[in-house]
Amino acid sequence: MSTDTTISQRPTPPSYEVPKAIRFGALAVGFLVLVLFPLVFNNPTISTIGVFAMIFLMAVTGWNIFSGYTGYIALGHAVFFGIGQYATAMLASYWQIPPGWETFLLIPVSMFLAGLAAIPIGLIVLRVRKHTFIVLTIALMFIFQLFAYNLRGWTGGSQGLEVSQPPWDGSIFNLPYYYVGLFLAIIAIVTSFMIRRSKFGLSLLAIRDDEDRARSLGINTRNSKLTAFVISAIFLGAAGCMYAMFVGSVYPQFSFDPAFDLELSIMAFAGGLGTILGPSLGALIISGAQQYFLITFGGANVFLIVYGALFILILRLLPGGVVPAISDKWRSHVVRKEQRILDSELEGPAEAGAHK
Amino acid sequence: MLVLQAIIEGVLVGGFYALMAAGLTLVFGVMDIVNFAIGALIVLGAYLSYSLTIHFHLDPFVSLIFTTPLMTALGMFIYVFLIKPIKTNKVVMSLLTMFAVATLIEGILDICYNSGFVQIHASYINNSLRIGKLNFPLIYVLSFLLSAFLLSCLYFVTYRTKFGRALRASMQNPVAARLVGIDTDRVSMITLGIGIGLAAIGGMIFGTTNAFNASSSYDIISRLLVIVILGGFGSVGGALVAAIFMLVIQDVVAVVWSPVWGSTAFYMILMVVLLVRPQGLFGKKGVRAQ
Repeated sequence: MSTDTTISQRPTPPSYEVPKAIRFGALAVGFLVLVLFPLVFNNPTISTIGVFAMIFLMAVTGWNIFSGYTGYIALGHAVFFGIGQYATAMLASYWQIPPGWETFLLIPVSMFLAGLAAIPIGLIVLRVRKHTFIVLTIALMFIFQLFAYNLRGWTGGSQGLEVSQPPWDGSIFNLPYYYVGLFLAIIAIVTSFMIRRSKFGLSLLAIRDDEDRARSLGINTRNSKLTAFVISAIFLGAAGCMYAMFVGSVYPQFSFDPAFDLELSIMAFAGGLGTILGPSLGALIISGAQQYFLITFGGANVFLIVYGALFILILRLLPGGVVPAISDKWRSHVVRKEQRILDSELEGPAEAGAHK
Repeated sequence: MLVLQAIIEGVLVGGFYALMAAGLTLVFGVMDIVNFAIGALIVLGAYLSYSLTIHFHLDPFVSLIFTTPLMTALGMFIYVFLIKPIKTNKVVMSLLTMFAVATLIEGILDICYNSGFVQIHASYINNSLRIGKLNFPLIYVLSFLLSAFLLSCLYFVTYRTKFGRALRASMQNPVAARLVGIDTDRVSMITLGIGIGLAAIGGMIFGTTNAFNASSSYDIISRLLVIVILGGFGSVGGALVAAIFMLVIQDVVAVVWSPVWGSTAFYMILMVVLLVRPQGLFGKKGVRAQ
């Protein structure tokens, strides 16, 4: 009967998106890999890479909620990362939290503090757009770095602060950090997904496309931007807390690090800025590669060269990111298939049969 | 007296920042590129001059004859191979590309020169100039004069030559400039060349007045960006005023209060000014900013 098919009778128009089954399959496989990763590779060196990947995963996902969706490229989110770190280090010693499971309770506190700090900061920086915004966020990060250096009584200045680490055995030391990190990262991804599918998410995308028009259509752009800014800061605070607990020390130059912001943005760009899973993919690949290079090449200098060169290559070869590249490929694949069917239908039923 | 000294020193050092900020703002005006690599390029210029003074015993000022053309060529190379191919989302992509260039340069310099701090030396570097009761390091005065000279050259080129007219046209409206037959690609290439060639000179000045290593670039770039924003993106005059203003404030705060708060004051001023005037002191308000 297939030879009788005409264009009008075809059951459903084809979707140009990657089918749900494939997408969920890939998601499930990715999730399984992430859950099993530290159990399979129980070598501490490798699971350390995993913990850093989880920290970056939640940080980039948080960053993408603001920068990816609104198109405002923030290069000062290290502020919130640093606030999370300093909050953890300062509160752990102030409340005399014993090293162990209790330290993890500081995660919600750090998230809250980072979110709180994001409100006044957002009100200042979101007044400007484009380049001025980018540079203002960079300047803000340097202000916080200077405060961390100069307020010696609280932050310890350039001596930094210590976060005492739990006396766990080396073979399982990384596991709690890894799984808590994975849990938080999944919360971040789910939040990102829900925002993207909501009316609020649409207003953010509208701001990215044309802010003035979005405003004229009745979107309260200031509130939408500020809300997204605060949400993303909350996840950066969580990442900072995890980082401080895992590394065990906090220094001004590493907590408020300009390179950190650019790492976030390159991860998001490599994966696909503004997509839900692209930044996550970028975070896993690049932070993994980064830690691997750092371990392999030892010194920071060779690592910088490799990293810079990789960065240029990504920007040149995949300007849109991996995830958009995949959906582009899929779309052209579907279009080609369509074309073939149409061609065969035009040529006659006999030909169509040959194609099927 | 100390405050007066601080003010004059602020002006002298401000000359260097004004020159660098002018280069940055020109590049931005013509190409919409925030040249994030300028910090690393200044440090590269400083190291090049340093090597020439150490190995060939050249005077730092003479070494510029070799380093400036080299860096200008580097700038043109960066334009042709890295900036020009960018087609979409130019502002952010070019900023990230420039950051990648900066990382690459920092890594290479770190390997070639280790990470110890060095300073460019010449016989007269520790001399000072005495005016009344005030003492000024001679090198500050010399570098201020050099910066002022180059700034006036830049002014002459932009406002009195044919190339300058093409440059200003591309800044005002690139599409219209192309319509009347200006090769905006060529203008962009030369502008980035000039901007990065200036970094060679700035590097020499920075290297003689400060001890530096490969990661000094972050300090420079953060200050330059603050100056350029404060002055208003794309406004050369604004950059000059902002540079002098900021450095004077910083030096005065350092003297009156404490050196550690000098640079904090620098950033706080930016925040306060932007709260009142989001477009910077001399910037034009964008009609449709996106």
